[in-house]
Amino acid sequence: MPDARLSSIARECRVQIIRMLTHAGSGHPGGSLSVIDLVVSIMFGRIRHDPARPNWPERDRLILSKGHAVPAMYAAMARAGYFPDERLLTLRKLGSSLQGHPDRTALPGIEAATGSLGQGLSISLGLALGFRLGDKPNRVYCILGDGEIQEGQVWEAAMAGPKLGQPAHGVGNLTVILDKNRVQLDDFVTKILDLEPVVQKWQAFGWPVIEIDGHDFDQIGKALDQAQAHTGGPTFIVAHTVKGKGVSFMENNPEWHGKAPKPAEAITAIRELLGVSTPAWDDYLAKDRATAAIVAELSALDKK
Amino acid sequence: MPAKATRAAFGEALLELGARDDRIVSVDADLSKSTMTVSFAKKYPERAFNVGIAEQNAIGIAAGLALAGKVPFVCSFACFLAGRFETIRISVAYTNANVKLVGTHAGIAIGEDGYSQMGLEDIACLRALPNIPIVQPADEHETKQAVAYAIEHDGPLYLRLTRQNMEPVCPPDSRFRLGRWLTLNAGVDVTLVGSGGPIANCVAAAKMLAADGISAEVVNASSIKPLDEETLVASAGRTGHIVTVEDHSIAGGLGGAVAELLSEVLPTPHKRLGVQGFGESGDPKSLYAKHGLDPAGIASSVRKFLNR
Ligand SMILES: Cc1ncc(C[n+]2csc(CCOP(=O)(O)OP(=O)(O)O)c2C)c(N)n1
Ligand SMILES: [Mg+2]
Repeated sequence: MPDARLSSIARECRVQIIRMLTHAGSGHPGGSLSVIDLVVSIMFGRIRHDPARPNWPERDRLILSKGHAVPAMYAAMARAGYFPDERLLTLRKLGSSLQGHPDRTALPGIEAATGSLGQGLSISLGLALGFRLGDKPNRVYCILGDGEIQEGQVWEAAMAGPKLGQPAHGVGNLTVILDKNRVQLDDFVTKILDLEPVVQKWQAFGWPVIEIDGHDFDQIGKALDQAQAHTGGPTFIVAHTVKGKGVSFMENNPEWHGKAPKPAEAITAIRELLGVSTPAWDDYLAKDRATAAIVAELSALDKK
Repeated sequence: MPAKATRAAFGEALLELGARDDRIVSVDADLSKSTMTVSFAKKYPERAFNVGIAEQNAIGIAAGLALAGKVPFVCSFACFLAGRFETIRISVAYTNANVKLVGTHAGIAIGEDGYSQMGLEDIACLRALPNIPIVQPADEHETKQAVAYAIEHDGPLYLRLTRQNMEPVCPPDSRFRLGRWLTLNAGVDVTLVGSGGPIANCVAAAKMLAADGISAEVVNASSIKPLDEETLVASAGRTGHIVTVEDHSIAGGLGGAVAELLSEVLPTPHKRLGVQGFGESGDPKSLYAKHGLDPAGIASSVRKFLNR
């Protein structure tokens, strides 16, 4: 798999996440930046889908159970061609199909309403089971947050997952990924309610568990392959990630769970995401017209 | 007093009352920065429990704490508490545990986060339970009194609070009493029964209507369960027209409760203003305008209702 392609798409998506959240003036950057490499790996390297026909029945499904990170989905969906980039600037505005949390009825390609944490895994189990019962080829991907798995419903689903549909219709078409960025809303997960040992918990519930670096496209790809090869039941991938990944002042900082950057902060964030130093920034923008336009638009927000 | 979110007033009251009464404990589900229990938790870490993103467990733990003699405030967004209805139904209501349920982020006024975070059906759900009073204070002053009342009240109680700042509307010498409403503006043509988020807009709408020669009475229905039957019936009898105004689903909230009561006691023409359909993302002002909960929207509904 050409990792350079995925990492360049993910970088573009990170810039769009910062851009749209800043225009919206609210939202969740930390968990969007931690999950974007997983979302890009699934949407661009993996699932069978057709942005021109979002309701194509044969499509695979991606359920972002940690729905507050939906800007990551929107960035990837725009990049894939579900809708034009400009629509990203309508995020969270009245009448926009880009709701603050996923709304299946507002935007084709969003597969379930999430945003109330803890519900996505059960829906994913049902989807996967439904496809298996119909002998359909569709695969289902579900992404959970590490704070989210404190919800009891997740563990009800965890108990059911490996048993569901057995023996004839086990949900081997389901891959679940935990975005283990170590931070929830109020604080670090260990400070609120420690989950460890996470791997052993899921194993004890009967899931095969694969641990990876959730920002390493090679490891993500291999884990997704391995999960797909396990056809007898669902697979659980623990992706170790960094909340706020790519923006120095957001990384590992609970403060950036649920607030949008100010325009000046957003411009710094974008410069860091593109790996450009402060002295080199003006020269860089002179060459990268697209980024220069995004930066100009953000500066204009500041003057509003 | 400057405008203040009722959740912020709650946080301050909890901190203050917590100093005097060590039975008071807080139970949170990873939203303590939003429900504003965070300063209480800093001051009294041994009495504040953040159990993670696990609302039904939080509610159950609160019920247990209450049975052990504590006065627990279990706090989350209104939608996530009401979402654990069946746990509340049995562990809190039927058990008759002395739990104070605190639901913040009531209504569409939370704005940009959108429907999944908006408390829009919480009154409808909890109102169906026989023994849980529902209190939605209007401003900082009334919130602080309502929190003090909640502690005195022996039994479960639901406090519904706003994310957004609330203009002061209650006179500083007013006292909150369960089942009693405050008349904010006397009038003879129509009664606006408002609660929570849009209450200041009701007062503003009454001013606009006065300019058109319509005299609107405004009452602050901070006690949603029980209603203030005496005030409601007396006012309805005088004006002959009731308009309920709330940031909650049009079904089953204050409007529903008022309609149920009046239809039996004093059938009165009634217009319900509230949230139609699902909420959505948007700035709070535009959302209130869309649902007719801003001063102009309330005033225009009243004119239409009165045919004037
Ligand atoms: C049922 C429910 N309770 C509370 C919330 C409020 N909330 C939104 S995000 C969040 C923290 C999520 O933490 P985590 O799952 O670790 O997400 P991430 O770190 O990836 O952002 C909370 C408590 C919610 N959305 N749903
Ligand atoms: Mg997390």
